[in-house]
Amino acid sequence: MSRPKDAITRYKTVSRLNHWLTGLCFVLLMLSGLAMFHPYFSWLSFLFGSGQWMRAIHPWIGCLMIASFLGLFIQFWHHNVWERRDTEWVKNIDKVLAKKEDEVPEVGRNNAGQKGVFWAMALLVPVLFLSGLVIWEYYFGHATSIEAQRVALLIHSAAAIGAILVWIVHVYAALWVKYSMRAMIRGWVTPGWAWKHHRAWFRELVDTGSRGPEPNPRNRAP
Amino acid sequence: MADLQSQNYIRRSATTMTPPTTRSNVEEVAKLIDVSRCIGCKACQSACMEWNDLRPEMEEFQGAYENPHDLNPGVWTLMRFAEYENDHGDLEWLIRKDGCMHCEDPGCLKACPAPGAIVQYANGIVDFISDACIGCGYCIKGCPFNIPRVSEKDHKSYKCTLCSDRVAVGLEPACVKTCPTGAIMFGTKADMKDWAEERIEELKERGFENAGLYDPAEVGGTHVMYVLHHRDKPSLYSGLPDKPHISAVIGLWKHVLKPVALAGIAFAALGAFVHGIVSGPMEVEEEDEAEARKEMERRAKS
Ligand code: HEM
Ligand code: SF4
Repeated sequence: MSRPKDAITRYKTVSRLNHWLTGLCFVLLMLSGLAMFHPYFSWLSFLFGSGQWMRAIHPWIGCLMIASFLGLFIQFWHHNVWERRDTEWVKNIDKVLAKKEDEVPEVGRNNAGQKGVFWAMALLVPVLFLSGLVIWEYYFGHATSIEAQRVALLIHSAAAIGAILVWIVHVYAALWVKYSMRAMIRGWVTPGWAWKHHRAWFRELVDTGSRGPEPNPRNRAP
Repeated sequence: MADLQSQNYIRRSATTMTPPTTRSNVEEVAKLIDVSRCIGCKACQSACMEWNDLRPEMEEFQGAYENPHDLNPGVWTLMRFAEYENDHGDLEWLIRKDGCMHCEDPGCLKACPAPGAIVQYANGIVDFISDACIGCGYCIKGCPFNIPRVSEKDHKSYKCTLCSDRVAVGLEPACVKTCPTGAIMFGTKADMKDWAEERIEELKERGFENAGLYDPAEVGGTHVMYVLHHRDKPSLYSGLPDKPHISAVIGLWKHVLKPVALAGIAFAALGAFVHGIVSGPMEVEEEDEAEARKEMERRAKS
């Protein structure tokens, strides 16, 4: 389907590019990291040419990801400020999963699940970055004590597993809620989609005569 | 040096399969370093470089007898010199040949993420298979003795091989062959322990009442053992660990986090899959579009 006339923009082109760059980095880091974490995944090293190449490239992809994630953070943090209705939403998570979204409070730009994913990543990515630097043998092998590196390695792998779990939730939610993938790939959603999943955001846009992604500030009610 | 086909593996890094084990008549070996007989001549250090074709870069003089000042990718064994003033006010020169201890329970191998990059042969020797090494440096974090060193040139980790290539064809390690005082001996672990016992008796008779064998049980014993005159204080010998053990952090990482993580990831993926199949996707219906249109029109009118 090409973009309908009444479509609402949910993500600007810059945000989408930024999101997928971050996502690409994350998936590559996950695959190479898992290959070093458990022998079940060792075979994944072939995706990177060899174990040596994988070990060498992983931290560099990490550096790219932290920069890319910073871009996402700057663009998205204000969509993710926690509100009272988010707590209500979390308490009714069973209804959400049972597709009874009408029975939970209206959702703004992001629902509590999306906010949770955002803040979890906002915590885990910097932790991964900093612990990753400590265990980066080539550049920082002599910068800290071996004991510090042991602890960093444990933190890095635990944070990685945490991030992977969050990522699974994130990906599943995107697949489960139909057309949210299209929103992130092509940028737009239908008014019905916005009405159903992000009603408070939809009302805000309509009230201010905006086609998204942000409400029109000039028309905001005083 | 590729792996030695003539030897069984009893351990292989990052592997879940059983390594080849058909050769069943293998005796455990050990190197015994009798510190009380060592004169610090460094012949063993030279022999190691000679046999293994190592030519480490020349360093600056650091004001001590150690030369070079630490182990490095081209220095697999190093004489360390400590000056110790004993209770009688006498100076003792404690000289220790440092290098891989060939632990029965090797922390380096436990930490290693590269399949087959670290192996342990049935005779007890722990060997780094450079070809498979990826240069991550995890072995450094696993080792209780601070032994492995990663080369900045080829990004491979190196340490003493206990001359696994020589031992495989029935020769003793190069350092053993060269030692002029017989301070380094090599044989089956059982024989070396017997030898050590005799020597320790002698030392006790000579007044070293704390003489003893360093074969630390915390790492399951080692295949390089020391006879120490001060077995009660191993740290006197340039920081030989009193109770060497694989860090508890490494245990948490490999024994707790690994299985918990796998279970967690499998559980999350399975949960998502089942929910997806049972509930089906969350779709936008025609009524939603109609409601949305109504809202937009209402707004356009006002
Ligand atoms: C953000 C910047 C990151 C940096 C600088 C970084 C750096 C590193 C380094 C230096 C290592 C050791 C191996 C090597 O030298 O390649 C490593 C291992 C690893 N990384 Fe990262 N990393 C980052 C992000 C991530 C992310 C996002 C994930 C997963 C989602 C991840 C998962 C792992 C895992 C699982 C390991 C193996 C740990 C183990 O063996 O237990 N890393 N990382
Ligand atoms: S001394 Fe260190 S490098 Fe040698 S076997 Fe033990 S853990 Fe491995």
